[in-house]
Amino acid sequence: MSPSVPLQEMIRAIRSARTQCEERGVIQRECAAIRAQFRQSDNGGRSHNLAKLLYVHMLGYPAHFGQMECVRMIASPRYSEKRVGYLGAMMLLDEKQDASLLITNSIKNDLSHSNQYVQSLALCTLACMGSAEMCRDLAPEIDRLLRASNSYIKKKAALCAVHIVRKVHDLGEMFAPAARSLLSEKNHGVLHGAVVLITELCERNLETLEKFRKAVPDLVQIMKGLVISGYSPEHDVAGISDPFLQVRILRLLRILGHNNEAASDAMNDLLAQVATNTDSTKTVGNAVLYETVLTVLDIKSESGLRVLAVNILGRFLLNNDRNIRYIAMISLQKIVGTDHNAVQRHRGTIVDCLKDQDASVKRRALDLSLALVSASNIRSMMKELLIFLSSCPLELRSQAASGIFIAAERYAPSQRWHIDTILHVLTTAGGDVRDETVPNLIQLITNASELHCYTVHKLYRALLTDISQQSLVQVACWCIGEYGDLLLRGECQETEPVQVSEDDVLDALETVLQSHMSSPATRGFALTATMKLSTRITDNVDRIRSIVSIYGSCIDVELQQRAVEYNALFKKYDHMRAAVLERMPVIEKTAPGQTNGESTGEPIKDIQSVKVKQGELLLPQPPANQVCDLLDLLGGSEETLQPSPAAGGTAPGLPANTASTAGGDLLDLLGGLEPAPLTPAPTVQVYEKDGVTLTMSCEKQSATGLTVTLTASNSTESDISSLTLQAAVPKSVQLHMKAPSGDSLPARGAAKVTQMVVLNNPNKVNLKMRVRISYSSQGSAFQDTIQIDAFPGLSAAGH
Amino acid sequence: MQFMLLFSRQGKLRLQKWYVPLSDKERKKISRDLVQTILARKPKMCSFLEWRDLKIVYKRYASLYFCCAVEDQDNELITLEIIHRYVELLDKYFGSVCELDIIFNFEKAYFILDEFLLGGEAQETSKKNVLKAIEQADLLQEFNIGTFKEIKIFLLGEI
Repeated sequence: MSPSVPLQEMIRAIRSARTQCEERGVIQRECAAIRAQFRQSDNGGRSHNLAKLLYVHMLGYPAHFGQMECVRMIASPRYSEKRVGYLGAMMLLDEKQDASLLITNSIKNDLSHSNQYVQSLALCTLACMGSAEMCRDLAPEIDRLLRASNSYIKKKAALCAVHIVRKVHDLGEMFAPAARSLLSEKNHGVLHGAVVLITELCERNLETLEKFRKAVPDLVQIMKGLVISGYSPEHDVAGISDPFLQVRILRLLRILGHNNEAASDAMNDLLAQVATNTDSTKTVGNAVLYETVLTVLDIKSESGLRVLAVNILGRFLLNNDRNIRYIAMISLQKIVGTDHNAVQRHRGTIVDCLKDQDASVKRRALDLSLALVSASNIRSMMKELLIFLSSCPLELRSQAASGIFIAAERYAPSQRWHIDTILHVLTTAGGDVRDETVPNLIQLITNASELHCYTVHKLYRALLTDISQQSLVQVACWCIGEYGDLLLRGECQETEPVQVSEDDVLDALETVLQSHMSSPATRGFALTATMKLSTRITDNVDRIRSIVSIYGSCIDVELQQRAVEYNALFKKYDHMRAAVLERMPVIEKTAPGQTNGESTGEPIKDIQSVKVKQGELLLPQPPANQVCDLLDLLGGSEETLQPSPAAGGTAPGLPANTASTAGGDLLDLLGGLEPAPLTPAPTVQVYEKDGVTLTMSCEKQSATGLTVTLTASNSTESDISSLTLQAAVPKSVQLHMKAPSGDSLPARGAAKVTQMVVLNNPNKVNLKMRVRISYSSQGSAFQDTIQIDAFPGLSAAGH
Repeated sequence: MQFMLLFSRQGKLRLQKWYVPLSDKERKKISRDLVQTILARKPKMCSFLEWRDLKIVYKRYASLYFCCAVEDQDNELITLEIIHRYVELLDKYFGSVCELDIIFNFEKAYFILDEFLLGGEAQETSKKNVLKAIEQADLLQEFNIGTFKEIKIFLLGEI
């Protein structure tokens, strides 16, 4: 076919322009000429002009003045003009433009044109950019073409019908009968179109799906014909007969067989045949195998077939082609919840993929590896994961770190192992961990009382090597402050002791204090630790005193405040110092499974950055243990809370302007809420202590919205008043607490208090929620924090 | 399929086919961002990536990148085959196709694509049939006489 000379000349001219400016000049001249031509009456070069304009448009220049010309050209009787006109319509017009409506009539006429190539142009354009109105108008035409035309047109009409159904769902029923009859055609193009159409109809409408289940035997027959038949040169691709059609049929079978025993049985043999006979040396064979595997895993197949499918995936994992490995891991991820043991068999290969060069493959391998961690393989898996962490790309680091923490917490074989693992992560990727790792680790350490000596030695050594990882430094400072005496004693059973003098320790802390790498939070930790050491060391108390008084004039307000208060402790309240700075009590866990301050976060990508707020205030005569709390626990991060609207203020018993996170509770919500349909909202008890019970029920409102109802009840003998509930969620989740039904719980469960929390999770992060309950009973204040990891009715698979 | 883009190694778009309704501005933005993302990838990397909320399948043939955005349920491997089939069609039509052919005859590249894919799905699985249809349509365009009746007589006369 002879090329369009004017078009080619213009293209050459544009390409020879040496600068952007020159190119713009050429294009402006050309566009002016084109515009002039458009205004003139019909000349022979109309199609060339429009083609030129389309080229200019593809380069990125505005071409909207060509829209009307497209409309005119589509209506032309000449095929060359129609062809370019329709092309222009597909490129320049989209359904949002008004001009697109103008071509509806032309399309309608062309659909019944005597020449099939003109019909084809109209069908193509309608399927590409037809708006809902156009589709509604022209649907009967398409239906007619589906039934009575040659196969060239039928196959196009089928795909056009697919587009119509996607735009206007109700019209699906119109096409169902025609689609059914198309299945008996021999032409592959028509069959392919019919299968796509039926797939679309079944996906949208359950009734249609039920009806089309009867077509399963026919589909199986067609498929068998493709698989067993001899070599057909027309449709052969590397030895596979029409892989495109095979893949589409398999997909349709998947939809029809899902959750239906009878249909699944009917296709069992076929699937087994395809799975075993398809040649997997080339991509095209693997494409068919992949689709087969997806189908087998999604229908009610017999176990032998399932095993076969998983084995195919296992073979894929060993394939040299990276694409195939990636595909395999995606599929395995889908079934790791249901066929866990089968996937476990391939754990070795998956772990090897952690070392792959490609970032997407690494990501998949990481997800799968984390899902495969179990109590039996925790040690070896953790070794691999830690190796991975040290060399993994930056964007995966925080996900890997969080995943490791979760796995470590779930399956830690011993406390020492757990602490070691966390320390390892902090040294390797300390900058990417979530901020609440610090209080979690601190809590873990306090709980492992026999390991205090070991831990403080290790941390001291780590501190000497590197003070840039803030989380690590914070934990180290805290430990040194708390257990400095153990460090100085110089004996340790679990690890090689270091001969440390008091000066060394203070030097280390001072380095942290003075280093410009330390964040304000870290310096706060260091200062507090220094202060605590004043009761644990004997000789250098004066040095501590001088450090503290220097910081009394520090520019950083928080540090200054602390220093001034500590100074006061030295001077006026020296008699209280020992009591104030004594060893922290073990942080208690609130209830089995819900740990205070512990973060069992799912990968937290959107967690709020934790702002460190220093210990609020030291009122002149605070109770001793509260001071301890503020001094030590609060060094960590705190999340902002969402107080319930009806609650007056923070829980009673705390100083009025203490941030609600006094006590170091981090009310940060992690957690993903997997949206799952819950018809009767099941209730689960999330907290029970001292007779106060809190239950929770959830109801899914939309794809991302969830309503949680918290119900509190009181089974003690005395009334409870000033009951407040506060909740916190991850940053990307929106939280709205409705007003509670009341704030007092009469004794012996006479009445309950309910409060609704509306959550919206647009980014579909893992949802968790931390709820703080505070109330007063018999004149004293109580407060507790609950971590909610799982929402009733939702499975937490793999994490 | 949601869209298909062909672009050179310098990031110049050679063909863009959109099967979803998006404004010009949105299309430009998506093209720009996606092209940059793909050009930044190393040669041996995986052909599939997740970008925004789309599945992207791409393959490089000589100096041109062929890139498709498919839906969640679509089979990535068969999409690679579709891309390959399109390249084969271009090759057969132009005779050992190269980027310049697609630049200077871009409208024909579109016509061929429109005979192979319709509304984002493959319409004809036989290479021979696609090429035959293009040939016929080209003949029709060539003998741009006026009415189709005349063309039929002309063609029959020839034979």
